[in-house]
Amino acid sequence: MSGHNIKINKEKLDKVAKDILKPVGFGPGFLTWMSFLTMALLACIYAYVIQYQKGLIVTGMRDMVSWGMYIANFVFFVATALVGMLISGVIGLLGYTWIKPITRIAEIIAVAFAAVAGLVIVSDMGRPERLLNVFIHGRVQSPILWDVTVVTTYLVISTLLYLLPLIPDLAIARGRMQNAPKWMMKLYEILSFKWTHHPKQYKLLFKATRLLIILVIPTAFAIHTVTSWLLAVNSRSGWDSTIFGPYFLTGAFVTGMAAVIIAVFFFRNNYKLRDYLGESLFDKMGKLLEFVCVIYFYFNLNEFVVPAYKMKEFDAIHIHELFLGKHAIMFWFSQIFGLLIPMVVLLWKPFRKPLPLFIISLFVLVSAWLKRYIIVIPTMEHPFLPVQNLPHEWVVYQPTIIETAVTIGSIIMGLMIISVLAKLFPVIPIWEMAEEEEGTKTKII
Amino acid sequence: MSSDGIKKNELDKQQGKNSRRDFMRKLGLLGVAATTGAATTGFKSEESSSSEYVKVLTSDNKLVEIPKSQVKEVKLDTDALQTRGRIGIEGKRWVMVIDLAKCRNARECVKGCQEHHHLHPYQYHINTLVMQDNPQSAPYNMPKPCMHCDNPPCVSVCPVDATFKRQDGVVLIDNERCIGCRFCMAACPYSVRVFNWEEPFQAQLYKEEPMEYDVEMNVPQKKGTVSKCLFSADCLRDGELPTCVRACPNEVFYFGDQNEDAVTNGTTRETVVLSDLLEKNAGYRLMEELGTKPRVYYLPPKDRVFEAPEKPDNHH
Repeated sequence: MSGHNIKINKEKLDKVAKDILKPVGFGPGFLTWMSFLTMALLACIYAYVIQYQKGLIVTGMRDMVSWGMYIANFVFFVATALVGMLISGVIGLLGYTWIKPITRIAEIIAVAFAAVAGLVIVSDMGRPERLLNVFIHGRVQSPILWDVTVVTTYLVISTLLYLLPLIPDLAIARGRMQNAPKWMMKLYEILSFKWTHHPKQYKLLFKATRLLIILVIPTAFAIHTVTSWLLAVNSRSGWDSTIFGPYFLTGAFVTGMAAVIIAVFFFRNNYKLRDYLGESLFDKMGKLLEFVCVIYFYFNLNEFVVPAYKMKEFDAIHIHELFLGKHAIMFWFSQIFGLLIPMVVLLWKPFRKPLPLFIISLFVLVSAWLKRYIIVIPTMEHPFLPVQNLPHEWVVYQPTIIETAVTIGSIIMGLMIISVLAKLFPVIPIWEMAEEEEGTKTKII
Repeated sequence: MSSDGIKKNELDKQQGKNSRRDFMRKLGLLGVAATTGAATTGFKSEESSSSEYVKVLTSDNKLVEIPKSQVKEVKLDTDALQTRGRIGIEGKRWVMVIDLAKCRNARECVKGCQEHHHLHPYQYHINTLVMQDNPQSAPYNMPKPCMHCDNPPCVSVCPVDATFKRQDGVVLIDNERCIGCRFCMAACPYSVRVFNWEEPFQAQLYKEEPMEYDVEMNVPQKKGTVSKCLFSADCLRDGELPTCVRACPNEVFYFGDQNEDAVTNGTTRETVVLSDLLEKNAGYRLMEELGTKPRVYYLPPKDRVFEAPEKPDNHH
């Protein structure tokens, strides 16, 4: 590692830079897309303003189901953000080089989803203007403090992991983008930190990146374990589980892989990057998705079969609601289309081709969201003591339009961050693609 | 029946106040404490010649004498109320005993409580539930206040120390600090906490006559914050029994100090030995297996004085 010298082939670099830099820049198509997103976001912000003024009464949450879609959505966002760690951290450290073209895409998703996760949790607060109390009066005993700490740390590390490998690319791009607007070149100049492609600089870059990808692994484990503990520390059937940490973590890998595959498929087609995001890459990603699905299936088996076998009173109510009750459709949809079918079909190569894999990933991602809903809401609907003397609508949770709009707003924000980053900077590391094959086998990043 | 109950209750309250032994120390004089500073200068004034002195307990627990003319009652501001509200009443371990054999579901406790703490009709600091332990046993009514656990899960999870456990055993919530995350509601296995999903019930009143926030009463209620049963901590400070205990027409509630091993029935004002009461009647606490160590005890619904209520609709 320390003796690594970077060898960049000039001719190869020219072609790679041309291909990858071509889609960079805010064209008319992008601006139309962004103005559409902005308008939709404004409508969602308006919904939040109503909620802020009238209170959380405008949501479907009430005293019995006091956590609803917002918390489910928060868990989904944190889960998806974890993919940055899976790709750059775990797979990268293991020395696999096929992930090179998708590391930046994975980091974009990590940054976008981790940043929005923080906002989602604020939208759930009854008194968002008192957010600073968490720092002024924070108590370390509370898992919320742990969550705030680790999510912030993860966001910082992921942002650095996104920005650092970008430095050589921006230096490359500066000389090659004649038509780019001035502010963009200025931004490139600032963020490329006077990079001169000196071997010493590369050495430093490798060192820094390596340190970060080592750090990101425990941080990512921590954020999703702590997020699962927000639920698991409460004595309630459905949450009161000792495997909630790994169960959430493996679920997050499935969700994140699906998100990355969708993004990669999009960039492959719309950015005309077929040469770099090829079929063999999809085959690898498909295998990785298969692998994390199998692990997740194993945890699901433990999480549901063990209580279902014993059928303790309150577990039985919970299991009945999920298997046969009013949440059954959502439960079986997410388990069958989001886990079982993908897990089986991905064993065959044709399903790991770009289009089938993209479609499978769409199902997995939607199911992943529904699964988070299934984890949060049914448990809250069945407390230990009977729910009495309350109006019916105070007992059964039904998300409202405002609540849905605020949730959609968070997804729009995530899309906006991804869209901007993907148009502002190259989505594939140019210098890594232009690197000579030899001597890179053991290199990490 | 219920109006009779209230009248009887009020009568008892009058008698009870006189006949009761010094069950709770009156701390009305505490309000004077803040005037000590003024009193020291007061000594030099001419009025001290009147030589009429009163004994006053200062805030650091010293007994001092000051001229009667210098005594003036101080209205505590929110900060002072919060400081003393967080500490609690020294030397006390409040405890409640609920006799399930006597509850007829009059729901006077609920009404009194909702009035005291300015709650919406759908918000319950105390609720009465119809319970049935197994298909063979008869249903019974169960008033459910906060258990004021000695190992409270709600307090553990609070990120900002808005909800806290006092030295006298009471668990309170400071709605000037609560961020409305509702983690405490998720953590409470007894589902006793309520949220102010909208403007509070008495929002109009608060607008017309602004009042200091009293953490021991959790009034004024505040939108976007959690509220909960407080064992009427403000009443305890005034040497009164909690509102629900006093409001019950059916002798269901006992309340008192575990350190004194004595509890007083809110209806009859009869004081009994706590340990005897629990021992003789096989008192129990809810969900002992969770390790929350509640401060509320139940006496089983044996030899009940009422017809069994209709079968409950458990878990809707």
